[in-house]
Amino acid sequence: MAQGSRGEARPAPHGTGRARRVAIPLVTTLAILMAWQLLVVCGIVPNFMLPTPTQVMAALVGDFPLLVSNSATTLAESALGLVIGCAVGFAFAVLMDRFEGFRLAFSPLITISQTIPTIAVAPILILWLGYGLAPKVVLVVLTTFFPITVSLVSGFQSVDPDMVDLMRTMNATRWQIFWQVKMPAAAEQFFSGLRISATYAIVGAVISEWLGGFSGLGVYMTRVRKSFSYDRMFAVIIIISALSLALMGLVDALQRLCMPWKRAEGEK
Amino acid sequence: MLRRKRDAPGADGGEEGTVPSPATSSAGSGDPLAPSLEARSLTLAWEGGPDVVRDVSLHVGSGEVVCLVGRSGCGKTTILHALSGLTRPVSGMVLLHGRDVTGTPGHVSYMLQKDLLIPSKRIIDNVCLPLVVGGMSRAEARAKAEPLMERFGLAGTEERWPGELSGGMRQRAAFMRTYLMGNDVVLLDEPFSALDALTRTDMRGWYCRMSAELSLATLAITHDVDEAVSMASRIYVLRGNPSGGVPSTIAREVVVDRPKGASAPEEFALTPAFLEAKREVLSLLGG
Repeated sequence: MAQGSRGEARPAPHGTGRARRVAIPLVTTLAILMAWQLLVVCGIVPNFMLPTPTQVMAALVGDFPLLVSNSATTLAESALGLVIGCAVGFAFAVLMDRFEGFRLAFSPLITISQTIPTIAVAPILILWLGYGLAPKVVLVVLTTFFPITVSLVSGFQSVDPDMVDLMRTMNATRWQIFWQVKMPAAAEQFFSGLRISATYAIVGAVISEWLGGFSGLGVYMTRVRKSFSYDRMFAVIIIISALSLALMGLVDALQRLCMPWKRAEGEK
Repeated sequence: MLRRKRDAPGADGGEEGTVPSPATSSAGSGDPLAPSLEARSLTLAWEGGPDVVRDVSLHVGSGEVVCLVGRSGCGKTTILHALSGLTRPVSGMVLLHGRDVTGTPGHVSYMLQKDLLIPSKRIIDNVCLPLVVGGMSRAEARAKAEPLMERFGLAGTEERWPGELSGGMRQRAAFMRTYLMGNDVVLLDEPFSALDALTRTDMRGWYCRMSAELSLATLAITHDVDEAVSMASRIYVLRGNPSGGVPSTIAREVVVDRPKGASAPEEFALTPAFLEAKREVLSLLGG
């Protein structure tokens, strides 16, 4: 009897566990928003310095059409940059995996390139490439190829050397070993790299827009900053976060689609 | 009918021609009287290091299961690597049906200790891998492999992922993949050691039946004396201490006195002949 009831009680903690995982962060966030609202409404922080959450929401709703059209520009720059960044990262990773000399020659340079602050490179790119799409896309490429390259190279190297030996006993060519064994072995790490790159892509595009451009969330941000409308500033921040989250969600969906065996293993 | 022989020389470039051996000139269909696999005075070493194995000669005939037994680290896997052509011996020759194949991979089917199934390929595509590597399209390879699935005890698992199967089933799939490499000589590197004891016993019996049915020549390496004696018709006992500077050599070839008919390993393991052979191998390994 006692054992039976214990057995039945088992699934319950799992259920409440999921509910807790949603409820606890939700309550925390709401509490912080309420505290923020009170802080401003009670005059502890002056309203001209900090808008209340309700004011931010109002700005978000009021400016929605403008935010959408600017988001489109930023998204286009991010997506284009991310796709090119993936291609560049993939090419680097394949060459670094295939040719040891290439890896030795370029891996320190690639690492050093990542220590250069984005904010310092952006104005130079604008100087060279003008105020249009090009400097934004190039900046996104520069920030996104690195996580892709690093994750792919370590993914390619994670392949079991015995698997490579087995392929060799089948007289497999180098290309067949790469395509049949190394590519699938690197899939999981590639997607973790892509997830990081996706968030870099939006931020990279926004930073580039700050320093000059005709439209985009970064351009809009500098405009509202100059007019001291902090409520709209916060609204833009919310939009940027939402876009980054959406892009990460898209990467997760793509991963589930491309790696169906993971799901099957999870259900086992 | 099921066998798919590769026209090995010339198919993959001039590697074959670099073997400094008189036998290369006589390469053709092979000598029908020669053993399926033969190693002549193999001496093997790690690159630039001291010898690991010295002067090892062995042979395996068609339909035969032969075991190579030795303690861990005595160079068993090194020998298999050389026999499979993945590495080149310091001296000696590897002959396949009397034809010199020293240092050229692609002539024997090699199954490693791990099942090495690719997690991202369905079972049918995993077993088809050697066919696809050999140049078949995925559809052709599937069409060829599908009728064989039942024979290998894999019916119904075609569309499953390797991660969904038990250890025994994965090992069967790995063996079917090995078989589809299309060679009549099979090298096994402790193929059942990753399985639980009961599954291991089942798989030994299953393997002996399959290899007799397909008339394969099998050389299996193991450190499990029971496994060797229960499966093999002959056992090579390898002895030495390569890491201590003593290269391994074959101490003796033990012929297992298997009664005809009672070929199932689990049954043979209950007979006095089994114990006698086991005692002999153990004393060779111990001394």
